[in-house]
Amino acid sequence: MSSELIRTSAAAIGAAIAAGEVSAVEVARAHLDRIAAVDDRVHAFLHVDAEGALAAAAEVDRRRAAGETLGPLAGVPVAVKDVLATKGVPTTCASKILEGWRPPYDATVVRRLREAGLVILGKTNMDEFAMGSSTEYSAYGPTRNPWDLGRIPGGSGGGSAASLVAYEAPLAIGTDTGGSIRQPGAVTGTVGAKPTYGGTSRYGLVAFSSSLDTPGPCARTVEDAALLHAVIAGYDPRDSTSIPAPVPPVVEAARRGATGDLTGVRIGMVREFAGEGAEPGVSAAVREGIEALVKLGAEVVEVSCPHFVYALPAYYLIAPSEASSNLARFDGVRYGLRVGDDGTHSLEEVMSLTREAGFGPEVKRRIILGTFALSSGYYEAYYGQAQKVRTLITRDFTAAFEQADVLVAPTTPFVAFPFGSRTSDPYQMYLADLFTIPSNLYGGPAISVPCGLSEGLPVGLQVMAPTMADDRMYRVAAALETVVPPPVPPALG
Amino acid sequence: MGFCALYLRDQTKGAALAAISREEVAHLAHLSRLAVTEQELDVFAGQLDVIIQAVAQVGQVAAADIPPTSHSVPLTNVLRDDVEEPCLTQAEALSGAPDAEDGRFRVPRILEEEA
Repeated sequence: MSSELIRTSAAAIGAAIAAGEVSAVEVARAHLDRIAAVDDRVHAFLHVDAEGALAAAAEVDRRRAAGETLGPLAGVPVAVKDVLATKGVPTTCASKILEGWRPPYDATVVRRLREAGLVILGKTNMDEFAMGSSTEYSAYGPTRNPWDLGRIPGGSGGGSAASLVAYEAPLAIGTDTGGSIRQPGAVTGTVGAKPTYGGTSRYGLVAFSSSLDTPGPCARTVEDAALLHAVIAGYDPRDSTSIPAPVPPVVEAARRGATGDLTGVRIGMVREFAGEGAEPGVSAAVREGIEALVKLGAEVVEVSCPHFVYALPAYYLIAPSEASSNLARFDGVRYGLRVGDDGTHSLEEVMSLTREAGFGPEVKRRIILGTFALSSGYYEAYYGQAQKVRTLITRDFTAAFEQADVLVAPTTPFVAFPFGSRTSDPYQMYLADLFTIPSNLYGGPAISVPCGLSEGLPVGLQVMAPTMADDRMYRVAAALETVVPPPVPPALG
Repeated sequence: MGFCALYLRDQTKGAALAAISREEVAHLAHLSRLAVTEQELDVFAGQLDVIIQAVAQVGQVAAADIPPTSHSVPLTNVLRDDVEEPCLTQAEALSGAPDAEDGRFRVPRILEEEA
């Protein structure tokens, strides 16, 4: 039973618990057992909260037995990326500077999970402070891709994506600043959605780049992602850029898409993304995916977004600039590590020694890069110019969405790559974000959905939608799923 | 021109002329309060040079009259009613501090001691 349970969709687990066919505690135990059996090889988790999970599951069972009506995901386990604050449960951002930190409060996303009765299994591995595309920048060692343990699971949210494909969790939470939900989804053969910026709250999300950071759902099916999206999204007065509007009807859209009918939907292919940017196998799989969408009734139009080629350079100025400011809070005073406080060093020296010891190489590179881009003499040419390019990218999207309902592209240019192949040249790592970044700069939603294999490894197709039209991408992604079912990874044993 | 061609071209074009020197990286690290090692400086200087030459491509865009975008949500002056709510206790607020004393964060010495 437990081997079936862990391979079941979140929607079906929720329904089985509601019908009394299985208890939430049994479901939690099955997943905790799976984590105990395989996570020494996968390393998706930085912290497993077995006690908290079983207590939360028991509470769901108690409430159900008392006759309460609970939500569709009540009792369903979820893994949470270690960048979101969880009260009393270690939250490290995969950094040594926050080792052992137990937040005194819950992030809004975490609070909403608890209120909906989801069972938090633990905290997932990531690139340090969400900076990276492989989890190789985690201070606690990388996560391995269950498709091939010698390859990366994507990043920064590689732990969340790997936990799904290792059947350690049916649902996971990620955060997407430049592709950190979608690229791990693509390379693990799972679904990852970045909601509209401001559609999900940043309260309690440790800030990397505040104008871009967006929490979102990770799942093995489109419907599961939509169900989780509906739980975590919505206005939050504690986030000053939270959008005060109703959550788009994502679950309804996913179910409509699952009928396999896309009649009347206009799909825009971005001309500038159709070139040689992606590996041939990735391009071929995505082309086949688009042909499948056409067979379901969609109409393909070609759109031009001339500034998309400048999205990557603009992002790698804007995000590090914001990071250099945001990460100034790690000063060895209010939380985390302190080094050199032995009476012989000044406050400033203690700060510098703490940050030197606590941050890893990619975080240091980005802080230095951001400090450069914001420094007088360079500000206008770098950060200021990048902000103007951001405006032009937004205008490209606006024009494209006059011709098309959604845009499609590969999620990432390459399939899961071997460990160590991109760490010596950081810019080669940044290229993983080539196709995901435009939606971050624009703020619109985008989803990665499995789209076949290349060289035996998963490929993701990305569907981008206009701001606050998250439902559109779920409809198209769910329709694709009817003809390209989620790939099944090799057994971990 | 396709993407990769664009990136490769610019990376090789700029190879001869450094965008940032080792001394500048050392200065920026100091401003960033990072006590980087000499070895790190050697590595970071080369890597940051490649990165800065690549991101400098934003300069190719004619954007003099374009307004900047700081974030994508068209909201300004977000205000809320001043409502009293429970907040962290003093003990909770100090719970993650590396050092605390008398209900406050304890910081290392700021001023040089008088002789």
